[in-house]
Amino acid sequence: MGRSATHVVITGLGPVCGLGVGLEPFWQALTAGTSAIRRIDRFETGSFGCPFASVLPEGFDVRTLVPKSYRKGTKVMARDIEIAVAGAHMAVQSAGLVTRGTEGATSVTIAPERFGAHIGAGLIAADIDELTSALVTSTNADGSVDLGAWGNVGMNNLTPLWLLKYLPNMLACHVTIIHDCQGPSNTITCGESSALLSLGESMRVIGRGDADACLSGGAESRVNQMGLMRNWSSGRLRAMPASAQGHELVRPFDAQACGSVLGEGGGILVVESAESAARRGKAPLAELAGFGASQSVCADTLGMDLSQTGEDIAAAIESALDDAGMTAGDIDAIVPTGCAVPEVDAGERAALERVFGARLSTLPIATVVPNAGFCGAGTGALAACAGVQMLATQSIPARLNASATPGLDAAAAASRPAALRAVLVLTTSLGGQNAAIILRRAS
Amino acid sequence: MSVRIVVTGMGWVTPLGHDLEGVWGRMMRSECGMAPITRFDARTFPTTFAAEVRDYDVNAFVKHPQAHATAGLNSRYALGAARQAWAQAGLDERPAPSLRRVGMYLGAGEGVIDTANYFAANVAGWDASAGRVGGAWFDAAQRMLDRAREVEQEPNMPLAHLAREFGIRGPSYNCLTACAASTQAIGEACSILRRGDADAMLAGGTHTMIHPLGITGFNRLTALSTFKGDPTKASRPFDIGRDGFVMGEGSGMVVLETLEHAMARGATPLAELIGYGSSADAFRITDIQPDGRGAAAAMTQALAQAGIDPHQRLDDGRPPIQYISAHGTGTKENDSIETIGVKRVFGELAPSIPMSSIKSMMGHLIAAAGAVEFITCVQSIRHGMLPPTINYANPDPELDLDYVPNTARAAKVDTCLSNSFGFGGQNDTVIVTRWRGA
Repeated sequence: MGRSATHVVITGLGPVCGLGVGLEPFWQALTAGTSAIRRIDRFETGSFGCPFASVLPEGFDVRTLVPKSYRKGTKVMARDIEIAVAGAHMAVQSAGLVTRGTEGATSVTIAPERFGAHIGAGLIAADIDELTSALVTSTNADGSVDLGAWGNVGMNNLTPLWLLKYLPNMLACHVTIIHDCQGPSNTITCGESSALLSLGESMRVIGRGDADACLSGGAESRVNQMGLMRNWSSGRLRAMPASAQGHELVRPFDAQACGSVLGEGGGILVVESAESAARRGKAPLAELAGFGASQSVCADTLGMDLSQTGEDIAAAIESALDDAGMTAGDIDAIVPTGCAVPEVDAGERAALERVFGARLSTLPIATVVPNAGFCGAGTGALAACAGVQMLATQSIPARLNASATPGLDAAAAASRPAALRAVLVLTTSLGGQNAAIILRRAS
Repeated sequence: MSVRIVVTGMGWVTPLGHDLEGVWGRMMRSECGMAPITRFDARTFPTTFAAEVRDYDVNAFVKHPQAHATAGLNSRYALGAARQAWAQAGLDERPAPSLRRVGMYLGAGEGVIDTANYFAANVAGWDASAGRVGGAWFDAAQRMLDRAREVEQEPNMPLAHLAREFGIRGPSYNCLTACAASTQAIGEACSILRRGDADAMLAGGTHTMIHPLGITGFNRLTALSTFKGDPTKASRPFDIGRDGFVMGEGSGMVVLETLEHAMARGATPLAELIGYGSSADAFRITDIQPDGRGAAAAMTQALAQAGIDPHQRLDDGRPPIQYISAHGTGTKENDSIETIGVKRVFGELAPSIPMSSIKSMMGHLIAAAGAVEFITCVQSIRHGMLPPTINYANPDPELDLDYVPNTARAAKVDTCLSNSFGFGGQNDTVIVTRWRGA
């Protein structure tokens, strides 16, 4: 046992991404080595150099995943919010919890004031069609927007609650209302590290006795025009050959890696004190044994000069190991960001080499981005769901695309059984926030 | 209490100035930072005024200007506020032994959208026949949008700039819980210190939404004042004529340390942070719990952590909290429910606790509001003065607390409570007390 006095466990998983809604399709796809990355057909991508993404399965309808009385509320949900709401629904179900959001519930199994929510979010882009249809009512002859006309009449074309679809804290807001989480709640916005930082915060809140359980994780959809452009701007997306097949594109830690592909997705996990889980007779899926975080100092504005970050990332891992009362030798598998952006992969690899030394070559790496895409604030939540499920099933999911790289067990491979005591999950963000959690096999 | 947390440095960049004592002096003189919006042509908007930061140059505050050449306004404000806090904490002369043990917890808002180019790209990409944006958008966007300017909009960019400027490498977070963000950041930073995950934290917030879509969004929500007269009279918290908040912008930053760390490096504590509480309304996306339950829960938790009985007067007869920095936005709903919440917590002692809103003078700094209000509390303790709620002309009969109307007041202040409430039902409270020595 580590530095925490309270054992904190994971009792529910709610991954939501292109692979499906909920644990079953997610894990099945990871095990089978299926990728949801396709050419984008949700909107026209014109000359854009990387017109691929993983999007939620056809037929996804958040209205079927909220209580009937809350269906009206879904009208003010950006996609990011829908993913968080769906993830919370699946996680609560998976944990066997009964909340205000459980259809037909007459009593709940968790006290609202002891129920928290920590949900990572990204910078949510406004629906470009909705906004532009309003903007074009107020243009000058040269096509620029006439702010005078916009102020007078144009803005009235936006629904009064327009802003509330795009505030990052609306993910947690809707989730806390639906499930009646009145305890500590927070919205972490640290790019790709948002979800693991949120899991860490839930762990701390429960550890200090301020909550019994939290809905925790993150969600984001950047599969929209501005999302693509922003990730192009930061060099996370790069030009792909026109003939490319989406499912073959993402090659983490491969010398031929040529950038990432976006996905929409994320997940909510139920983080709970071991005592609370035991009280309601729920067997934990894994123990959340350790957490650590650090900041990288990155010299350039676009966050691409990551050559010096290995030591910073390693500091987060070491602090998580220390928190868990473990050493590097106790870790049997790793789920890194693995986004196939060469500079990001190199920083993570340098950190892993620093922490694990020669043993790294024998430690299986699991990757999620080749299957579900790079999901921003949701990416760590999917990685954490995978890590928990690896421990619960004692197996390593299949890996896609990557060719063999000396010193790293990360090349394409089929799923296989493995004896796993503990798994390290790691994310690094554009902006330099690094977060690591240690998951331990439930005893 | 196991680990004691002290404030050793403070800084702010606000519509009332960019230095600690100058801004404080202006609040003591009841000055107001509101004026017609200059950042863009807002003359036809329902709201035409705001409290803007003026005459601010980030290069006066940073040692590495090149590293921040593309920084957005939010990061620029954060750098200025953080430099002041860093300097007051003496972190250059008496550095922290390890910058890996120094972290950051910010409640920073997103960067300013590149409105003109973004709007133009959208219009250029519009396919009128289809009623949607077409593939031409990408050509326009790649031509018009600047890469760095887009990346700088990510809400964690202030963290990146602060790390670059100060070399901070410890645990770093940004939370964006709307108007509660930087109070939450200060509270959570304390939790990190108490747990031993870091020895010192740079905490606070930074934000500006004074841009066309920011004003549009809040105008559509009818949350902003649309006062038709002198803008300096627009923000009227707790007055019966209050008609919404006035947008402000800026940053507040503090250096928090464990007492042990501060003492070891010979720093001078300015105050001690003794309580933090956080709750969610879990009620509605647009409305606050009308009974003030969520606000009261945050205050009650913070008081419990501070070991303060809200119903027990001190030996000298004063109430246990001598000043409340109200969220006090000047919207009908907030000011009523905050008053109800305070009464719910303090009972019959509530009317004897002065509670003012500096938003009447510097506007609502949104994510950064809580940090500047926290600093205001520490200044109240240090100076023995309470900042006023200006423009308080006509009392609301339902709102019957002591709102420190219109002029600053001398008072013996030892312990203050600061409230922040966010859209979406986030409630956060911190409590700070006079430094009385180890």
